[in-house]
Amino acid sequence: MLTNKQNLDALDKFSENLEIEGRSLWQDARIRFMRNKAAMVSLVILFLITLSVILVPMLSEFAFDDTDWYALHEAPSAVHLFGTDSLGRDLFVRTFIGGRISLMVGVLGALVAVVIGTVYGATSGFIGGKTDRAMMRILEILYSIPFMFLVIVLVTFFGRNIILIFVAIGAIAWLDMARIVRGQTLSLRGKEFIEAAHVSGVSKWNIIRRHIIPNVLGIVAVYSTLLVPSMILTESFLSFLGLGVQEPMTSWGALLQEGSQTMEVAIWQLGFPAAFMVITLFCFNYIGDGLRDALDPKDR
Amino acid sequence: MFKFILKRVLEAIPTMLILITVSFFLMRFAPGSPFSSERTLPPQVMENINAKYGLDKPVFEQYTTYLTNVIQGDLGPSFKYKDFTVNELVSAALPVSAKIGSVAFVFAVVFGVAVGTIAALRQNTWLDYSVMSTAMLGIVMPSFVLAPVLIYIFSINLGWFPAGGWLDGSIQYMVLPVLGMSMLYVATFARITRGSMIEVLNSNFIRTARSKGLSYSYIVLRHALKPAMLPVVSYMGPAFVGIITGSVVIETIFGLPGIGKLFVNAAFNRDYSLVMGVTILIGFLFIVFNAIVDILLAYVDPKIRY
Repeated sequence: MLTNKQNLDALDKFSENLEIEGRSLWQDARIRFMRNKAAMVSLVILFLITLSVILVPMLSEFAFDDTDWYALHEAPSAVHLFGTDSLGRDLFVRTFIGGRISLMVGVLGALVAVVIGTVYGATSGFIGGKTDRAMMRILEILYSIPFMFLVIVLVTFFGRNIILIFVAIGAIAWLDMARIVRGQTLSLRGKEFIEAAHVSGVSKWNIIRRHIIPNVLGIVAVYSTLLVPSMILTESFLSFLGLGVQEPMTSWGALLQEGSQTMEVAIWQLGFPAAFMVITLFCFNYIGDGLRDALDPKDR
Repeated sequence: MFKFILKRVLEAIPTMLILITVSFFLMRFAPGSPFSSERTLPPQVMENINAKYGLDKPVFEQYTTYLTNVIQGDLGPSFKYKDFTVNELVSAALPVSAKIGSVAFVFAVVFGVAVGTIAALRQNTWLDYSVMSTAMLGIVMPSFVLAPVLIYIFSINLGWFPAGGWLDGSIQYMVLPVLGMSMLYVATFARITRGSMIEVLNSNFIRTARSKGLSYSYIVLRHALKPAMLPVVSYMGPAFVGIITGSVVIETIFGLPGIGKLFVNAAFNRDYSLVMGVTILIGFLFIVFNAIVDILLAYVDPKIRY
């Protein structure tokens, strides 16, 4: 019946129509994401923050390491919008320079984690069997190692350079990613539509490209957005202990550390960096939640 | 059950060995030495020091000696605090951290679960929204922001609690550190509980229970709470790890003589044996606690077969 010419034509037409009216997974997700007010607002705020951490230090009349001995601990004013710190440096510029470092470490750290985690998890899930079991066993061992402590040791002994910090915290965070991707790949491998593709002669590479990657990508995207804030937190944690970026360069963690030392006399030194950091973390979390809702296949 | 526990314990052994090995070789190949100072010591003195701590022997022999000592529970002498062994330093600091940590942990679980349950029962009311947005604030507010803010409000402005110190763990010295440490986990537990509670309350067996005419509170306490606790129990492992890691910051801020502070000081002083000792101890705690969580999970979740 199907080979009937008329039927084939009808089928062609039908599928053409489908392509016009159908929405891809990503279009669908985008529409859902756009409807999520909290996530959209967060996206706009985050965009503004990113823009200003890039532009403000360039445009401001003060440099982040300009000390002014006549303006120590100055309260916020028209000249110094956020006041000055204990060395008379303009806190407005320093907050944004710190934001630059924090965001950069956050994004790069998350990138390292996502790449390692995805490759590891996908390999483990796709090959399966003994390899999978061995790889998961390694993961479990890594889980019970107190990484934060090893990172502290690493940074104190091998010098405080920012690259090392990226790599070190990226290398901690890939464990969860690997687990999630592996689980997703594993469950996809057993799905009927993959089997159907296999049966109808689609090559292995095409199955991976057309079916596995798009389906895993959603969860990777969600998780990456949630990884960035946790990377920012880790970097701040190290900077707070004095192990992160070094003077005169700064980051939100380092600013918070300085601010908490002087909060009795100059609360703004704690307040402004803290506010920016908390707002940024808020935004990433809301965007992550929004993406999850938008991409969650269970919701369809 | 016994077999499962035994398996879990046996699995921990290779993990422990790897941890000891990694931290040992990390220390040995780190540049700089704990004995280097501005004043260069005469070579004879250095030789004596190296001989005293066994640093003149081949690395592999040092490793096997260290390993046998650790297995017997001896973490060796401290390189920096000359007259103390690592065991002495650790056993002085551990009770402080254990006290704050356990109070923070219990507080986080109990309070978080209670708040999450209430939010779930009053789903989509103002109570739910306000509790959950507060929880979101707790999640994005790291302990090193929260703790200074707490000090600013409660010590400097209101003067209710001391801004730091320990004084043998009297209550007013513990309030702020515990709050600073546990808020993140209160918030996380609340969110997890709310999510899973809502899912459980919408399931069929709860509808059945309600159609039988059981009272609502009975249903929640007797039927819903246990299955809703599953994700809570599985988050206990990461929460425990987080609280221990967080102790580094909290103890630094409040100046508490605990493990976290000991560790940071040891790292700054390049006190290799102390750093190794604390790392191994913390790793051991992680492993033990994760095993306990797994066993607890097997008990709560009948679907887990062992």
